[in-house]
Amino acid sequence: RSRLGTSGGSSQGVSGMEKQELPYDYVEFLKKHFNLITMKEFLENKNSLSEKIKAIYILPNLKVIATSGAGVDHLDLKPISSFGVKVANSPFAVCTATADLGLALMLAFARRLVEGCQIADSPNTEHFAADWLGDEVTGASLDIIGMGSIGYMVDKRAKAFEMKILCHNRIQRKEEEKQAVGAIYCKKIEDLLQQSDFMMLVVKLKPQTDKLFGKKELELMKPTATLINISRVVDQGALVEALQNGVIKAAALDVTYPEPLPRHHPLLKLKNIIVTLHIGCSSTNSHCLMMKNMVESILAALNGLSIPNEVIPQSDLHLAKL
Amino acid sequence: MFSVKAVCLVEAIHLATGCPRLAGRLIHPAVCHVHHWTKRDIDPRWSSWTGPNSTGEAGVSAHQTKVMAKQEQPGLLIVEIGGVCGVLEGHVELLKKHFHLITMKEFLKKKERLSEKIKSVLIYECRPVIDRELLQSLPHLKVIANSGVGVDHLDLKLISSFGVKVTNTPHAVSDSTADIGMALMLASARRLVEGCQIAVSPQTEHFAADWLGDEVTGATLGIIGMGSIGYKVAKRAKAFEMKILYHNRNQRKEEEEQAVGARYCEKMEDLLQQSDFVILVVNLTPQTHKLIGKRELELMKPTATLINISRGAVVDHDALVEALQNGIIKAAALDVTYPEPLPRDHPLLKLKNIIITPHIGTATVQATRMMTEEAVANIQAVLNGLPIPSEVIPQ
Repeated sequence: RSRLGTSGGSSQGVSGMEKQELPYDYVEFLKKHFNLITMKEFLENKNSLSEKIKAIYILPNLKVIATSGAGVDHLDLKPISSFGVKVANSPFAVCTATADLGLALMLAFARRLVEGCQIADSPNTEHFAADWLGDEVTGASLDIIGMGSIGYMVDKRAKAFEMKILCHNRIQRKEEEKQAVGAIYCKKIEDLLQQSDFMMLVVKLKPQTDKLFGKKELELMKPTATLINISRVVDQGALVEALQNGVIKAAALDVTYPEPLPRHHPLLKLKNIIVTLHIGCSSTNSHCLMMKNMVESILAALNGLSIPNEVIPQSDLHLAKL
Repeated sequence: MFSVKAVCLVEAIHLATGCPRLAGRLIHPAVCHVHHWTKRDIDPRWSSWTGPNSTGEAGVSAHQTKVMAKQEQPGLLIVEIGGVCGVLEGHVELLKKHFHLITMKEFLKKKERLSEKIKSVLIYECRPVIDRELLQSLPHLKVIANSGVGVDHLDLKLISSFGVKVTNTPHAVSDSTADIGMALMLASARRLVEGCQIAVSPQTEHFAADWLGDEVTGATLGIIGMGSIGYKVAKRAKAFEMKILYHNRNQRKEEEEQAVGARYCEKMEDLLQQSDFVILVVNLTPQTHKLIGKRELELMKPTATLINISRGAVVDHDALVEALQNGIIKAAALDVTYPEPLPRDHPLLKLKNIIITPHIGTATVQATRMMTEEAVANIQAVLNGLPIPSEVIPQ
């Protein structure tokens, strides 16, 4: 059986993954296919090897890196590809869970759910005030920036709340698909920013989309609008300023940079924000599906078959088509 | 015949209130096309909530109402303006267009004089309390209009014995209440409140990979009470690809079931045993009091979540505490409790696997505005002897 390296419980690993452990439920599942080696075990043996060796050389037989979830911004695709190593992600496993969370955040924010729970629980609460109100989601307007699979699912759910939906995507979807969704396509981001009550960001993080959403975009939004970020493309500095100065009403973020935010970060001090702990795909179903996807991709790579969910660096795309 | 009646009803509401959008909301769109001016006035793009009657049609227009002297306006009793349970200050102008507003405080000071004027009472947040003494002191009272759909706080038989009508506002509340049902289900399943607390806690150093919630998409939702709010919940849940079961006094028509993909469970037990999420959307009546008790909770899956957006008393709170403590069910999300708020030492507040919100089912700027408008339309219909949009008739 092939050897599978994981980040295990060691203190070193891929950025942002420090001290994270593989959920124990999946160990049995992985052991069926692979001989598991933790980072700790690997590093202990590494010392006996040449000090010049970089990690990739220590794994001369590495064929594939499978990453959970859709985002691959934590991997440097070009160098990995130059070593002939394939990369696979698990984007579809996370779609529904992430779309669900986008809706959950929008509803929670509009109806002031988190605040409401605090009032209901508080030892000081004597009565519920009649003039404590939130905003209606039904019939409100929603912009979706990024109409990939997740954006498409957000649209489907929002339609059931009779929301007026505008969307923007790099590439306009096919006519039949456009008609299936309720959304009106806007070629320029600026056109949809000015109209909506809620703005949901569902784009991939890449060099072109890094800080896609910054000061200019925030200022174009309505001052009564709420930003919901379930991707990775917000300029956090601009966001803090916008929230402090009432440029936009509020924001709900499942994703921040870094994660978790430093405890003194200005975003955590604001009242008009909710932050969750990157739980877009944190459901038991998604995790099971992700594991299955990743194992499928790995086994395909090792058996020289075409890899489902392979991620190809942009520059190599023309080669892939050959 | 039906369409003629519908037109009369729409006309009644429009003439009474000058609220074209409300008229459209109250009447099924299928009959709205009947009268040419009806369709034009019900254009949902109109943002004016209480615009004047622009058609020039005969009848009591809002313009005419505006110039009516204050003394000629029928008296409307309310508990107070603003404050914890008073009518919202932003709605006062709308009310004053049609009524001579009298607060409880003013009424108690000049009972003799004012009791002659009061023809209607507007109830907001269950106030003012309607008892025999109050009814006896209002000899000209014609209607008690409740803001909201639940009327379990009113003694309907007593009120009816005084020849007074009772109305509620079912149309204004349905969207926002269905929305809060979905919000609670999603927040509970994905552990949102807990997640927020961890994200901002000073102790948080990293996010654990094994911190997981439950998926809503594709799960089974059991709706107990498939009235207009329950049906709207079903419509939203369908977009999340949920399997929908429902239990109701009566089965809905086949087309209605198919439109939302809902399957009828004649026995509530069948629904309870199969659902991942159970949502309560019933009226509180003697029949639904403690509808969900120890037996029903034990029938539910141990991985299930109970969501209550109806009335607190539909659930036996003691049985719920026990069920949550002992893992009989996984979690609960309550917008309503009995009483409200719960006493601060109530065991429900100490549990980790529950979220409670402060009865915010209709707490939106838009819904509260529509509730007041719907109440005004009901009152005007009664006082003008026209068909009443939402009368509540005692069983």
